[in-house]
Amino acid sequence: MAPDPNSTPAESASATAENQPPRVGPRRMQALLRWESGLALAAVFVVLFGSTSSSQFLTQHNFFYLCLNVGEVALMALPMTLIVITGEIDLSVASTLGMSSALLGDLWTHGWPMPLIIVTVLATGAVAGAFNGLLVTRFGLPSLAVTIGTLTLYRGIAVIVLGPSTISNFPGRYTDIGINPIPHTGFVSYSVGFFAVLAVLFGLALHVTPFGRTLYAMGLNKDAALYAGIRVKRTKTLLFIISGVVCSLAGILWTFRLATAVQDNGLGLELNVVAVVLLGGVSIFGGKGSIVGVVLALFVFAALQNALFLTNFDQRALGIVTGALLLVSVLLPSAGSFARRGRELLRQRSRRSRALAEAVRP
Amino acid sequence: MTTGVETPLEVAALDTAGTRHLVDLVFRIREFGIVAALALLVLVTASIQSRFLTQTELKFILQDTAIFALLALGETMVVVSRNVDLSIGSVVGLSAFVSANVFGQVPGVPIPVVFLVGLGIGLVCGAVNGLISAVGRVPSLVVTLATLYIIRGIDILVVGGGQVVASSLPNSFVLIPNESIGGVPYLAIVIAAVVVAGAYYLRSYRSGRELYAIGSNPDAARLGGIPIAKRVFTAFAVSGAIAGVAGVLYASRYGTIDSTAGTGYELQVIAAVVVGGVAIFGGSGTAIGAALGALLLNTIISALYVLGVSPFWDQAISGLLLITAIALDRGISVRLTAALRKRRSRLGA
Repeated sequence: MAPDPNSTPAESASATAENQPPRVGPRRMQALLRWESGLALAAVFVVLFGSTSSSQFLTQHNFFYLCLNVGEVALMALPMTLIVITGEIDLSVASTLGMSSALLGDLWTHGWPMPLIIVTVLATGAVAGAFNGLLVTRFGLPSLAVTIGTLTLYRGIAVIVLGPSTISNFPGRYTDIGINPIPHTGFVSYSVGFFAVLAVLFGLALHVTPFGRTLYAMGLNKDAALYAGIRVKRTKTLLFIISGVVCSLAGILWTFRLATAVQDNGLGLELNVVAVVLLGGVSIFGGKGSIVGVVLALFVFAALQNALFLTNFDQRALGIVTGALLLVSVLLPSAGSFARRGRELLRQRSRRSRALAEAVRP
Repeated sequence: MTTGVETPLEVAALDTAGTRHLVDLVFRIREFGIVAALALLVLVTASIQSRFLTQTELKFILQDTAIFALLALGETMVVVSRNVDLSIGSVVGLSAFVSANVFGQVPGVPIPVVFLVGLGIGLVCGAVNGLISAVGRVPSLVVTLATLYIIRGIDILVVGGGQVVASSLPNSFVLIPNESIGGVPYLAIVIAAVVVAGAYYLRSYRSGRELYAIGSNPDAARLGGIPIAKRVFTAFAVSGAIAGVAGVLYASRYGTIDSTAGTGYELQVIAAVVVGGVAIFGGSGTAIGAALGALLLNTIISALYVLGVSPFWDQAISGLLLITAIALDRGISVRLTAALRKRRSRLGA
C-alpha cells in the first residue's frame, strides 16, 4: 500500500513543501512508478491467465461485460481515492448507492418524470455527502466512525423508502442505458464512459492542479496544511459532497443495469471500493496515491474476477481473491521496509558493539 | 489521529487528586449515561406498552444481546489499542458452520468439544490477523478488511451449496440459549461474568493497561518499553477466539446456518462498542461500557418492535443513534479536556 518503503512519514511530509530538495521529488516519483508498474505487470499476468484458461476471455463481448460489472465500483473508487488521500475514509458509499436506487424506484412509482427524478436523486446524494462532510469537519468526528454510522443510516433510509418491495417497471429507454454499450463504441458501457470522463477530470485535478497538491498536503499533515493557508475543512466537505453525488450516479446506473430497485442494491460494495483504492497504492494514512494506480487496480480486480468467473470458480467466493489482493498490496511494500529495518538494526548493533569495544579498550 | 480523549492513565499521571476526581466522575458518568438512557427507554416503552416488561420479552433481549456483548469484549480489546477487527462477522460464520457440522460428522460428540472446535477456528483466524498487523506493521483496518473477505470466502467454499438445519443438532445444544433461571438465561449470566472478568483484566492487569497505553500514544508506549507487537497480537488472537466461541453460540441460537451467517456483525459490534463509549481511535473505554452499548442497541430494536414501529425503521434509527453517540462522546471529551486545562492553569502547573 505505502508505495515508498524508503520514506518515513516525516520525510514525505517535508517533501510536500514547495522548496523541497530536488533529491526527494524524483525518488518519490520513481517509487510511485514502481508500484504502478507492478500493477501493470499484474494486469498483464491476469490477461495471460484469463486468455489461457478460457477462449472467451479476449472477446469484445466479454470485455463489455467485464466493464459493465465493475462500472459502479469504478465510479465510486474515484472520489474515494481523493478522500483517502486526504486521510479520511467514506464507508457510506454503497449505502448512498442503495438509497439513491430506492429513491429512484419510489419516485418512479409516484409518477415523476425521469429527468426530474435523476436530478432529485443526484441532489440527495449531495446532501448525504454534505452530512458526512459536516459531521467530519465541523464536529471533528473521525470519518471512520461517522461513515459507519451513515452506512447504517442511509441503508436504513433505503429500507424505509422501499420496504420489501421491488420496483422493476422502468421504461426500456432507460434500462437500455444500463445494459447496452454507448452507440458506435461497441464495448464501452455507459458506466465506464462516465468513469473514463471522470477519471480524466479527477486525475487532472489531483495531479496537475494546486488543488490536488493541497489534498496530499492535508493528508500528510493536517495542521501544517491548515497553517499553510489551506482550507482543510471546506475541501474535505467538498470531497464528501462529490463522493455523494458520484455514488448517486452509480446508484442510478446500477438500477438501470439490473432494471430493479430494491433496498439492498449494492450491499457491501463499500469494501470492494476501499479494497481497489488501497490496491491502487493509495495509503490508508493519507498523503500518497495516484489515479493511474487506482485505474490499474480496477482493471486487475475486474479482469481477475472475470477470468475466475469464466473458469467456473464459485462466484460468491470471489471475495478470497479481493482479500488476497488487498493483503498482497499491503504486505509487499512493507516487506521492503521490513528488510531495511532488519539491516539497520544489524548495522546499529555492530556499530554499538564497535563503540563499546573502543570504549573498553584503554 | 488525535482524538483529544485522554485516558485515565494519562490524566492520572498529570497531577492532583482534584483532577483525578473530575476525571473519575466523567468516566463514571459515561457508563452511567448509557444506563440512564437504558432506564429511560425501558420506562417509556413499558408505560406505553406493558407487554415490554414480560419475561419472554426480556429473555429475548438478553439472548440477542449475549452474543453481541461477548463479541464487543474482544472488539474492545482491539479498539483500545488503536486497531480494529473487521473480520469477526466472517469468523462467526465460519465457526458456526464448521462447529455445527461436527455434530453431523461425529455423532454423539460432547458439546464442550464443539465449543473447543469453534474456539480453535477463531484463534487461528485471530492469530493470522494479529501476526500480519502486529508483526508486519500493516494497518489493521486493511488487514482485517482483507481477512473479512478471505474468511467469508473460505466459509462459502466449505459450506458449498449446503446448510446446517436445526433438526440435525442435538437438543441439548439447541437449548443452551434457552435455559434460564428466574427468566434470566444462563448464557447471559455467564457472558456477563466473562465481560466483567475481561473488563477487570483490562483495567487492573499490567498487560491490560498496556493496551490502553498503546492506543493512547503508540510512540510513548514503545519508548516506555511496552512490547507493542506482542500485546496487539494477543488482542487480535483473543478477539478471534471470542468470535469463534460466539459462532458456536450463533449455531445454537439460530440452528439454521448457511454461508451468510454473521454477515455484517462486525459493523453492529463496532457500533455497540462506540455507543458504549470506547474511543474509535483507541486509548479509552471499557468492556462493560461496550456490553452496555450492545444491550442498549438491542433494547432499542426490541422497544421499537413492541411499540409497533415498522421493523423497516430499525436500521435508520440504529444509524442515527450511532452518530449521536459519537457526537456526544466527542462533546464530552472536548469539555473534559477544556476543564482539565482550566484546572491545570489555575493550579499554575
